[in-house]
Amino acid sequence: MHTTLAVLFAPKGGASPNANEINSLYDITLWVALVIFVGVEGALGYALWKFRKRKGVVAAQIHGNTRLEIGWTLGAALIVVILSVITFVKLSSIQNPPNSDPGGALVGDGGGTLYATADKHLPPNGKSLEIKVIGRQFIWQYIYPGAANPDGLGAPYSYTEMVVPTKTTVTLDIVSSDVVHSWWIPQLGGKYQAIPGYHNYGWFKIEKPGVYRGQCANLCGRGHARMIAFVRAEEPAQFEAWLANQKRELAEAETEAAAERTKLNSQAGPAGVENP
Amino acid sequence: MATYVAPAPQVVAHRVERDDRGFMSWLTTTDHKRIGIMYMVLTFVFFILGGVEALMIRLQLGAPENTLVAPQTYNELFTMHGTTMIFLFVVPMMAGLANYFLPLMIGARDMAFPRLNALSFWLLLAGGIVFYASIFWNPPEAGWTSYPPLSNAFFSPGGGQDAWIYLIHLTGISSLVGAINFYVTVANMRAPGMSWGRLPLFIWAILTYSVLLIFALPVIAAAVTMLLTDRHFGTHFFDAGTGGSPLLWQDLFWFFGHPEVYIMVLPAFGVVSEVLPVFARKPIFGYKAIAASTAAIGFLGFLVWAHHMFATPLPEAIVVFAMLSSMLIAIPTGVKIFNWIGTLWRGSIEFTTPLMFCVGFIALFIIGGISGVFLAIFPVDWQLNETYFVVAHIHFVLVGGAVMPIFAAIYYWFPKITGRMLNEGLGKLSFWLMFFGIIVTFLIQHAIGLEGMPRRVYEYENVGNLALYNLISTIGSFILAAGVLVTVINVLRSLKRGAIAGPDPWRANTLEWFTTSPPAVNNFDAVPRVRSAEPMKDIRQEIERRTSTAPAPGHATVPVGATQVGV
Repeated sequence: MHTTLAVLFAPKGGASPNANEINSLYDITLWVALVIFVGVEGALGYALWKFRKRKGVVAAQIHGNTRLEIGWTLGAALIVVILSVITFVKLSSIQNPPNSDPGGALVGDGGGTLYATADKHLPPNGKSLEIKVIGRQFIWQYIYPGAANPDGLGAPYSYTEMVVPTKTTVTLDIVSSDVVHSWWIPQLGGKYQAIPGYHNYGWFKIEKPGVYRGQCANLCGRGHARMIAFVRAEEPAQFEAWLANQKRELAEAETEAAAERTKLNSQAGPAGVENP
Repeated sequence: MATYVAPAPQVVAHRVERDDRGFMSWLTTTDHKRIGIMYMVLTFVFFILGGVEALMIRLQLGAPENTLVAPQTYNELFTMHGTTMIFLFVVPMMAGLANYFLPLMIGARDMAFPRLNALSFWLLLAGGIVFYASIFWNPPEAGWTSYPPLSNAFFSPGGGQDAWIYLIHLTGISSLVGAINFYVTVANMRAPGMSWGRLPLFIWAILTYSVLLIFALPVIAAAVTMLLTDRHFGTHFFDAGTGGSPLLWQDLFWFFGHPEVYIMVLPAFGVVSEVLPVFARKPIFGYKAIAASTAAIGFLGFLVWAHHMFATPLPEAIVVFAMLSSMLIAIPTGVKIFNWIGTLWRGSIEFTTPLMFCVGFIALFIIGGISGVFLAIFPVDWQLNETYFVVAHIHFVLVGGAVMPIFAAIYYWFPKITGRMLNEGLGKLSFWLMFFGIIVTFLIQHAIGLEGMPRRVYEYENVGNLALYNLISTIGSFILAAGVLVTVINVLRSLKRGAIAGPDPWRANTLEWFTTSPPAVNNFDAVPRVRSAEPMKDIRQEIERRTSTAPAPGHATVPVGATQVGV
């Protein structure tokens, strides 16, 4: 829950552990930054006020101070080291997804590819709901597990709004079919570039039902500003129902399309379809 | 009864060649001073063009879901804006300042290769013309970063993308040739006694700038050539479907692109290191530390480029390396800031316009540098990258970090170039408008990014505080523009009506003040042997010593450049 003041100083977050961990890392960095800011700007302001030209005061002809140089070099290095260490301490909780909760949706039942690679982080028990995210000018498509065919065809899909179950670790396989896009739902964590020819892997895990908004975060052409995305999180049972319905509706549409094709094939003349 | 007036030592040039006059003489000049002036005027024109593009961007973003400009036009605007400011303003403006002042500061007659110097300028002009010609057809719209596949022939079929490529080639050769010229000039043509340890810090900065250009430019030249052949000659360097990689472009571009930002900012640091000691009335604090940190930043700048690619599927080892090297580069940068504050410390500070621009720079660059630390921490960058947080960062470090010192240089060196002083009242007004303009425009953009607004979007929905924050930013941009306008007016007025400056109006430290304002064609008749990093102080002391036997008590010996400020 962010008040206006909090948002003034922190990224959006709050809906997934990785986003919350990034925010906590950000908060620590912000405190360090504020201390440095006040200290250095303060020294600058003080010098400008105290050492402005005054009658009878001559500037001190100093060339430097080696001890001071070493001191502030080491001081800056120390701050940098501390921030780096804190980052690495927090890194695993940002990159590595946890297991789904016991009440989460059924996962790991053959949908999606369940292998770990150096770049793909899976929960400790290896089970997640894998959704493929496809960026194209200027709409996001999502492919869910549950393909009818072993080659992956016939899987349920949706556009623009991704529906996911709460309490479930969702892993994302982010690809692009044309130009570089970037998948970003601020409240669910960081962004992932969708680059043609590459897979980019992310994850989130949402506690409570809700709708989370995001948009493409890499210039992809004239429609870039309108390439919006939503993630709608529902209770696992409702998600299963939605997915089943989606499968059914897609299968119905497929059947209708097949019937239409057959009809067009059997027609002769200009209305007929060559080489269906 | 006539009162005796001690003759004041004057700087007079005797062996002077007659000035060339007329249009053709400018067209065919190889004089570094004229080339420098042409550079500075041309790049300032591009600054105005880029600024107009920025104002149009801010007008469009002043209200949510605004329809002032079409999406295509908006994308063209920010592409032109970024490309113009980087390739046609900041980088060549530094070359212009260096062109004019590098030979003077080292006591030389001209650059090592005067005709090559002229070539650099004309290539710059050619690049600008080719690029801006595209606005009559199809300007480029893939951003100044031109990522493929968006920038390939399929997704950007118009000639604007090619115009961008030719701009990079032409200005690239211009800068590369200029860099070689600067380096060779400093290596070979320094005044007797000017060892490397006595080089003005602006010259150290230009040397580093030159080395960075020499190493970085060939990479971008290769990359844009590959893009050109992908677009028109059937190659597939960046095409994933046929064995190429869009990620390769990002690596190549940013391998150049990151050193490019240090190319922009290091000469600005050099200007600050020259101006602060003059108006604090004490030497630069930590000359060696500043010179060493300049070189360190130059070197480290080549290691950090992957921090622009944190959202891509790079191997983790690369990502960690990029973060650590980016954090590391904060150290020499911090050292410089501490040394500049140390220069002011226990000084006797005169608040002239050049000094104020330098102080404004320090205050703004601290903010830009700190926001950079956030972006170096890659998990945090995953939230902040490609948002207005980054836009805020880059503008604090570029407008605060490069433009403010450029204006300091204008106010500091205008007397030397033209022989006249700029008006102090207008100068201070310009400073305050620009300083507050920058803060109002760009500080709130951190919050805009934190609220989730990405970059390069022609519109945004009226959610959260985006409408209010964007309006504030837009208002700020016009305050900044007003500040720039005041300096333009100041320059135009002072060309004819400014106070006569004399050779050394500031009582400064480096050799360009040892000659007339403006300098004669041959710069110096003779340069005394250099004995320290502040040769003008030594020269003044020597003159005092030699003329201390002047008669008429009560008449102080007048220092060289008697139209002084302060003291």
